[in-house]
Amino acid sequence: MAEVTYLEALRQGLFEEMERDKEVLILGQDVGKYGGAFKVTEGFQERFGEARVIDTPISEAAIVGAAAGAAHMGMRPVVEMQFMDFISCAYDMLTNYVATARYRAGLSTPIVVRGPSGGYVRGGPFHSQNPEAAFFHTPGLKLVCPATARDAKGLIKAAIRDDDPVIYFEHKYLYRRIKEDLPEGDEILTPIGQARVANEGTDLTIVTWSAMVWKALESAEIIEKEDGASVEVLDLRTLLPMDDEAIIASVRKTNKVLIVHEDTRTGGVAGEIAARINEKAFEWLDGPIMRVTAHDTPVPYAPPLEDFVLPQTEDVVKSARWLLAY
Amino acid sequence: MFYYLTLTRSLEQRLVNLYRQGKVIGGLYSSLGQEGESVASAYALQSGDILSPLIRNLGSMLVMGARPVEILRQYMAKQTSPTAGREMNLHFNDFDLGYLGQISPLGDMIPVMAGICLSFKVRGEPRVGLVYIGDGGASTGTFHEGVNFAAVQAVPLVVIVEHNGWAYSTPTAEQTATLRLADKAKAYGIPGITVDGNDVLAVYAATKDAVARAREGGGTSLIEVVTYRRKGHAEHDDQRYQPKDEIAHWADTNDPVDRYVATLLGQGWATDDDMDAARQRVRAELDVAVAECEDDPLPEGAMALSQVYASPPEEERLWFRRLDG
Ligand SMILES: Cc1ncc(C[n+]2csc(CCOP(=O)(O)OP(=O)(O)O)c2C)c(N)n1
Ligand SMILES: [Mg+2]
Repeated sequence: MAEVTYLEALRQGLFEEMERDKEVLILGQDVGKYGGAFKVTEGFQERFGEARVIDTPISEAAIVGAAAGAAHMGMRPVVEMQFMDFISCAYDMLTNYVATARYRAGLSTPIVVRGPSGGYVRGGPFHSQNPEAAFFHTPGLKLVCPATARDAKGLIKAAIRDDDPVIYFEHKYLYRRIKEDLPEGDEILTPIGQARVANEGTDLTIVTWSAMVWKALESAEIIEKEDGASVEVLDLRTLLPMDDEAIIASVRKTNKVLIVHEDTRTGGVAGEIAARINEKAFEWLDGPIMRVTAHDTPVPYAPPLEDFVLPQTEDVVKSARWLLAY
Repeated sequence: MFYYLTLTRSLEQRLVNLYRQGKVIGGLYSSLGQEGESVASAYALQSGDILSPLIRNLGSMLVMGARPVEILRQYMAKQTSPTAGREMNLHFNDFDLGYLGQISPLGDMIPVMAGICLSFKVRGEPRVGLVYIGDGGASTGTFHEGVNFAAVQAVPLVVIVEHNGWAYSTPTAEQTATLRLADKAKAYGIPGITVDGNDVLAVYAATKDAVARAREGGGTSLIEVVTYRRKGHAEHDDQRYQPKDEIAHWADTNDPVDRYVATLLGQGWATDDDMDAARQRVRAELDVAVAECEDDPLPEGAMALSQVYASPPEEERLWFRRLDG
């Protein structure tokens, strides 16, 4: 066992896949000699060479489009977005070209687009976004959002091996803050499409993913201690395809659901989760499905503003208590 | 211009001090060694014109009339800053003074500036726009679409391509196979020239020409300014990928301020005393600016909800609230 950070686990996963399969390529801005803005690919170019670890121009649409073309030829390109905020520059390529390729043309496009998303780092409106909902609405894409070091590793490996295009949302706040003992030598693979019970509970379910898993766990602990209630935390890990079974199983057990996400509220993924629970487990509910999310604004820069806009543990605790008392 | 060059360099130095004290909240970016092209190009504009600066074009904003205290407040996320803490660093605007702040996605300001210039053209106003882009930013789709649009519409826009050798850790040769960035102009059918970006007077003269042509209905043109980024991408970057002797060479032999000082003295346009007086003035102004804002409050959390829409205002817009909200 060795203690590794979320970032190191991701790096290991990428590295192992590069070692395993020579068709795996890395493309992105400053990923080569510099090792990436957050050093995820540090040392990769020395190990795998400039042909497989490619420093690209600042051309997100071209990077994703070129990755798609190489993927059609059987390669497994992994694209780094320097910040996920800039994935919107490749929105057309991802939604019109990549996502439709199998359906309209029978083309396989096994690319991974990964990069840092998320706030709580005083990054302002263009270095803090959680753009998952923009892609959640596009059939043909898979979306994964690891919360733990183990899943950072397991999901990047699964994403690279997956035959469909996967967008892999890292959380930059977790990069160096989360540590976990991971076995050395064993292969860690997290299946895409499977949620994980991060904390067992009986009175209320919090459905969440990415950095919010940690706020949910903190809230569960506070409520356990101060209210004596037992909160289940379900870490979705994959948003597309969504693990409906795991969600419904937890709802049947606790009968109350709080959905927590860092992205803005309107049109956020929580709305879809609530609708699915409504369709599939309405009679199991003992209270309204509630949401804790960011406010509907861009992510502001000043600390008090950012703290106000993004969900905090107090917000989760407050909503959970309200729902427990319902 | 000497005053603005000194003001730019000194203000950035003050910001480094504040950054080290933890008072600058986010990242800090420097234009050390390339202040000349920002100041000189902006100097070629006149009242009514509008430019769009990037993160390393502080000098251009100061020339247009942005106040150092506003820059300091932006970096420190103060409630009193032009964006009331919503946005960072140079990302703010003042159309009366003549600048439109950038957003982070590179290239986006070029189509927007093309549109600003389109309004000048459609209304028959004798105004001109100027937009900056880096050797890296020129690789974006929006750069291409924006310059092409501007060229076809023949709007009064001057595009300054800053060839400073690096885009974060990526050298220009890995950014583009075009050896002279000015050659990109040919592809759009517009005039393009290369100038020594650390020769303040050359940049001024070239921009003046391009601005005059634009104002007379001659449309869009492109100027490549050759300069060098002497600091890292941002304050946190150790720039280990930049050859040390390359940085030293530019610092020792090709600093835009040193070169301009030599010209001023050589031509007898200014004396050491004149320049000392300007330096004194800058120091005094920055002392006042820092003192004026250092203790300003940060914004209140709930202010985050304002100004998302013109209407409805935020109270009515809270279609969700925190439970006791
Ligand atoms: C569309 C987009 N992709 C990536 C980035 C991240 N990024 C910020 S600055 C930068 C390098 C910019 O280099 P250049 O345009 O040469 O400007 P310089 O820093 O040299 O002034 C990168 C890659 C961005 N801001 N926008
Ligand atoms: Mg550059």
